[in-house]
This record gives sequence, C-alpha cells and structure tokens, in this order.
Amino acid sequence: MKIRRITGFAASVAVGALALTACSGGEPAATESSAEGGGGGASTGIVTVNGTEPQNPLVPTNTNEVGGGKILDLVFAGLVYYDAEGAPHNEVAESIETEDAQNYTITLKEGWTFTNGEPVTAQSFVDAWNYGALLSNEQLSSYFFSEIEGYSDETDSELTGLEVVDDQTFTVALSAPKADFPLQLGYSAYFPLPEAAFEDMDAFGENPIGNGPYKLAEGGWEHNVQAELVPNEEYEGDRAAQNGGITVKFYETLDAAYNDLLAEQLDVIDEIPDSAFTTFEADLGDRAVNMPSAIFQSFTIHQNEAHFSGEEGVLRRQAISRAINREEITETIFQGTRTPASDFTSPVIAGWSDEVEGSEVLEYDEAEAKDLWAQADAISPWEGTFTLAYNTDGGHQAWVDATTNSIKNTLGIEAQGKPYALFADLRTEVTNRTITGAFRTGWQADYPGLYNFLAPIYATNAGSNDGDYSNPEFDQLLQEGASAGSVEEANEKFLQAQEILFQDLPAIPLWYSNATGGSAQTVDNVEFGWNSVPLLHQVTKS
Amino acid sequence: MAWYIGRRLLQMVPVFLGATLLIYAMVFALPGDPVLALGGDRGLNPAVAEQIRAEFNLDKPFIVQYLLYLQGILTFDFGTTFSGRSVRDVMAEAFPVTFQLAVMALVFEAVLGVAAGLVAGLRKGRLFDATVLLVSLVVIAVPTFVIGFVLQFALGVQWRLLPPTVGGDVSFRTLLMPALVLGAVSLAYVLRLTRTSVAENLSADFVRTATAKGLSRPRVVTVHVLRNSLIPVITFLGADLGTLMGGAIVTEGIFNINGVGGTLYRAIQQGQAPTVVSLTTVLVVVYIVANLFVDLLYAALDPRIRYA
Repeated sequence: MKIRRITGFAASVAVGALALTACSGGEPAATESSAEGGGGGASTGIVTVNGTEPQNPLVPTNTNEVGGGKILDLVFAGLVYYDAEGAPHNEVAESIETEDAQNYTITLKEGWTFTNGEPVTAQSFVDAWNYGALLSNEQLSSYFFSEIEGYSDETDSELTGLEVVDDQTFTVALSAPKADFPLQLGYSAYFPLPEAAFEDMDAFGENPIGNGPYKLAEGGWEHNVQAELVPNEEYEGDRAAQNGGITVKFYETLDAAYNDLLAEQLDVIDEIPDSAFTTFEADLGDRAVNMPSAIFQSFTIHQNEAHFSGEEGVLRRQAISRAINREEITETIFQGTRTPASDFTSPVIAGWSDEVEGSEVLEYDEAEAKDLWAQADAISPWEGTFTLAYNTDGGHQAWVDATTNSIKNTLGIEAQGKPYALFADLRTEVTNRTITGAFRTGWQADYPGLYNFLAPIYATNAGSNDGDYSNPEFDQLLQEGASAGSVEEANEKFLQAQEILFQDLPAIPLWYSNATGGSAQTVDNVEFGWNSVPLLHQVTKS
Repeated sequence: MAWYIGRRLLQMVPVFLGATLLIYAMVFALPGDPVLALGGDRGLNPAVAEQIRAEFNLDKPFIVQYLLYLQGILTFDFGTTFSGRSVRDVMAEAFPVTFQLAVMALVFEAVLGVAAGLVAGLRKGRLFDATVLLVSLVVIAVPTFVIGFVLQFALGVQWRLLPPTVGGDVSFRTLLMPALVLGAVSLAYVLRLTRTSVAENLSADFVRTATAKGLSRPRVVTVHVLRNSLIPVITFLGADLGTLMGGAIVTEGIFNINGVGGTLYRAIQQGQAPTVVSLTTVLVVVYIVANLFVDLLYAALDPRIRYA
C-alpha cells in the first residue's frame, strides 16, 4: 500500500526559462486532431490508467499529491504546458513578457472557454490565484503564490501584485525578481477557475469544470473506484485527445494494477511495484519504461546535531557520504530502478551537470571515508550510534538498512535505521525539530528548473529547510541566479551554488528515482513526461 | 424469547460506548500530527495547518473531541474526512461491497466445509478423510496472501478465466476468486470442526438408539448426527462473519476491492479518527448481532436449549 507522499508534479526539461518569446505563440504539436479542432482524435478506445483516490477535493490549489494531480492536468489547461521533453509551450497564454524578471505581462489567447460555456479571461486566473493564496481558504498549495506581491502567510491578504488590464491581459508583480517564474506556470496550482467555482467550491471540488483536453463525465468521479474522463470537444489547444476518453482506475496496491496490466485489464501503468522490479522489463519488453525522473532522494542531518556542526561536522558529513556505496544499493535493492545521484537536482532538468566541483564526494571510497572520519575524531571523538530515521509505511526499510550497513562496514561505527510507524509521526518530529540523527528527505520538482531543487530546501529559512541550513554565500548565488539575464547565466549560478552544498552537505544526496512503468499491447503512443506521468492525451487505442 | 432479545440488544449500548471511546483513544494516541502529513515532504504553511486543525477539532483536548464526535453520531453525522467527504458516504460505499464479499465467502466455507467435513467424518480413517485433512492442513499453513497471489496470477493473468481484480465492477463473477481466497482458511477450520464433531457423535448413545429404532441411515445422519454436530460449527461461523468483514484487508488489497479493510487501513495511516471509529463501531455491531443470531440458532438446533 503505497501512497506517493511527495508534493508536486511539473514538467520536463526546461528549454526556455527566460526565452519567453521562444515559447510565446506555442508550437502546435503536430497532431491530426488539432486540425479537427479539439476532442475525439485519432482513435476511439477508452484508455485506462492506474491511479489513486485523490486525497483532496479536485480544486487545483488544494491538490498537492499525484492522485489528484494526474486528473487535474487533464481537466485543466494552464498558461503553459510541458511537452514530453519537458519544454514549456504556451497553452492558454498568448505571450508572457517581462523586462526585469519581476514584472510580468501575461496575454491570453482568444476564444478559450470552460466546459460550462464561460470564457477563460484574465479574471479567471486572477480570481483563482487569489482564492488559492488567501489564508482562510486553507489551500494546501498556498505557498505557490508566496512570490507574488501582497502574499501573506499570517493574515488574509489580497495578492496586490495581480492586476487585470483587460479581458485578455493581466500583470503580475513579484516581490523579488525571479527569472524562471513563467516556467512554473504549468503547475496545477496556477490553473484558472470559472466563476461557477466560487459559488460553491465544495460542489466544484466534486465535479470540477475545467478548460482542458478532457472533462469529468457525468458523475465520473466514483470515489475509491475510478475517475472517468471524456474528451472536451471545445478544447482547442495542442494537447487534444487522441483517444475516446481516459479512465483513471484507483488501486490500493500497485501489485494489483500490475497484474491487471498483464491481463490486459489495464492499458497503462505509471509505476511498477517493487515485487516486479526484476521481471517487468522481461514481461513488457519494449513497452517497459525505466528512466531517471525529477525525484531526488537524500537524507538530512540537522545543522545543530552533535558532532555534525562546524569543521568536525563537515568532515563527518563527507565521510558518511563517501561511505555509502550508491551503485551497489541501487543495483541490489532497487534492481536498477534508481540512478545514483551525482548532484542535488535531477538529470531531466535543463542545466543539470554531473561534473559540479566537489561532486566526487558522492563516490564510494572506503579509504577516503575512513581518513575523513579519523580527522573528525581528532577534533572530537565519536561515540554512540549513527541513526537514519524513516517511515515504515513508505517502503523505505530495505534501502535504509543497506545504507546504514554500508556506513557501518566502511567506518566501523554503529549505524542503524530508526523506524517511525507513520509518515505523520516522522513529519511531526522533523517539523518540531525534535528529531535526532539523520532523517530521510525527498523532493519531487513542481516545475522543471534547477532553482526548484535548491531554493525551497537549502535557502536560509526556506519552507522545507528541515535541517536549518544557512550559508550567506549560497543564498547570494541563488539570488543572483534568480535575477540573471539568461537561462545559461542563471544555471551557471545554480551550479556554483551547488559547489557550496557539496562542501557543506546539508543533506547527503542518495539517488534519483526512476520513472518506471509500461503499457499493454492494447495501446500505442505511450510516452512519459518529465514528471513520470504518461502523456495520456496522446495515447491511442482502437 | 422477546425479553431475551431485548436484553441482548440493550447490552449493545454500553458495548457501543466503550468501543467508540476505546478506539477513539487509540487513534488519538497514534504518534504524529496527521495534519502535517497532508503537506507531504514539502510541509505545510503553519497558519494553514493551524486552521485545518481547528476545523477538524484536532486542537481540542481528547475528551472534547470524543464528545463532539458522539454528539454528531446522535444526529447521524459521523464526521468528515480530511478530503471533506462525509464519513457516512464513505461507509455507504465500503460496507455493501465488503458485506457481499463476506457473505459469499461465508456461504462457500459453510456449504463446502460442512459437506466435506460430514463425508470425512462418516468415513473416518479412509482415503477421502486423509486427503481432506492433509489439504486443509496445507491451506491453514499457507498465508492468505500467498494463496491470493498464486490464484490471481494463475486464474487471472495466465489462463484469464476470471478477472484478476474487482475495482469498479462488483459482481458475482469478479468477487468469486476473492471470496474463495477469503474463505479458504475458514473453510479448512469448518471442515475439521464438522469432521471431528460428526465422528464423535456417530458413537453417541442417541445415534445408537436412533439406529436401533430402525431409522434409515440417511435420516440418522442428517437429523441426528449432523444437526447435533453443527453447534460448534455455527458458533465458529457466527464469529467468522465479523472476522471476514473486518479482516479482509489483505484480500481486498490483492484484488483491489474498495471495501472496509482498505478504507480502514488508509484512515488509520492518515490518522482520521472519525472514519476509523465509525467503521470499527459498525463492525462491532455486526459482530454482536451475528453472535446474537448464533445464540438463537442454538435453540433451534438443540431442543435442550431454551431462552427465557
């Protein structure tokens, strides 16, 4: 029973964070149906895919997990969408322009409507974002608006940075320059909402009215069973449906979904159960998918942890990192469905590099590990047990045991896993800073940018900075990157920032999760997006 | 008789209060703050978390939370889940499916178990008896999930005789395999209970008397041997209905059935007290009613038992 408790979805390799003109206008994906102007494309079969019951009502700003996100991405169209390679293309946006990376003017294409007939206007976006940001609306994704002027996470406050110019135009003022702001606008939290939503948000959450390639069938969301989506005939964007509809079947276990796939009761699966790691590539042949994705796994040691701060701490962190045989663990525990980390981001992100200075600290080196540990012991001798905390409801025990064993055998110290029964339990201790020792941390990107892997986790006082890491030099480089004049320049700064992380190791990078999945012979054109979710609209089935 | 039933039903009130209080306390004692888990690895804006806690009364002391929950129950409001759905709706979806599954499993184990047990008991020590004993021993020894996975793979994936999972298509055909798996272990117990009981009663005085009276063998076996042998079996089956309904978590997971087990498991993981308590309480009631029914059946089976 695995619930992917990672926030965010996102898109693939960001080609143009700053090259806004390049993505304005959007290149129509060469699909047959775009000529027909919308739904009901090349095939008529209804494609089935595995999923999980959305944990929250289907309101874009209140959905922060994969189960609901998969449905929302099909039911809504945002300002931009991401193609298979992860490049952003304008969807509802005609253009997104800025001169200073802080004030943006967004123009919408004409003629877009919601499935209830309401036009999609600038107001639809501004109202939706304001709704999502307002504290008393309790939206789980409210922090996505924190960069916009007027946002407050202490009191109810209007986003004063948003201004409607006319029906097709609005402006966004950010509180600080952020060059890759347009890149993140494909994320579900930024979807528009029709006026009908605000009349009764509860009813809307049950039966969302969107502007995307699909719409929910009448009573289509059968709780805990499935969500039935039918093509939206009015949709005029590039992601027009190439099939007769999509049914997301909810599964309690991935094993059940996988057996359904083998029995051709399910067309597409986007995650392979652990039990099939060794066999799925043989079972599915060239219909198997196994490639790195935008999920980064690590463990964090708090900056004030005894023996892990100051000069001694840096030596110990490096020794521990050197003592983990990532190659062997990803091969034996994960059967090659994880890729050893070589930085703090992900290989599917534009600008990624595995040659950042200092990254050799991620290579297993027994002698070097011992040496570093001895140097630290010279400052202050080590005693006790090194622990790595994890939640047992997420299938982490095997790799935690392997990792602590690797540390134990290399450094000759006591090391063991520290299990917490529930994710909530681990999270509470981490949030209250009462946790001791190392604890597992992970990050799934919300949008395809290096910045998204760094700022929310390692910037001083950032929301997910669970280790309370703070380094002014690092903060400075992040800020310079954010307000840089070009993508290349920005990514250059982010790589430099990572050099500092490799020195300090606020978290020890472990590996990137691979997107694993596959399809049955019943369907064609199955392609996975950068966020490990298949591009379902283009799957064909006759 | 009516007085007896009334008294038994009245006993349910304290059991109900005790069960809800106990279960509520246990969910409350679960480690960790369920609201923080809603935010995933990313965490939640503290002010938003605070508001959600207030909305679900999670910021109040235990006894206040419990009393508020009880107050809701009096008006048939069983609370809401974190996703804003009413627990009553969740139960209305989960129980019919699980009940159907449990009844199918129960019928399967009762019919097959009693029949095979009777034959084995009548032919004690013969080949059929030995085979049945051996097979039932294997079924008891092998964990349910192994039987489940093997059957699912063989019948569902390899030979495609039955659908491998249930999902949204709840029907006799789809529930057949899960019911077999769910009832398999109990079937073995029913069979063994019946066999021993029958074998024992065959040499009882009243059977010898009946045979001596000149009654036909079929009449002796069905009316005198079997009827008296069923009392322990009925006791077991009554208790088993509760177990089948609440304990189908593994089977429901394997065959992707949206039933009580899976719902309960998720609710416990997410620390959703109203859902857990409501579901379990209904299970407790089912258990009590099933046992009452069994007690009444005793009187029908054994004329020596009378309730006043």
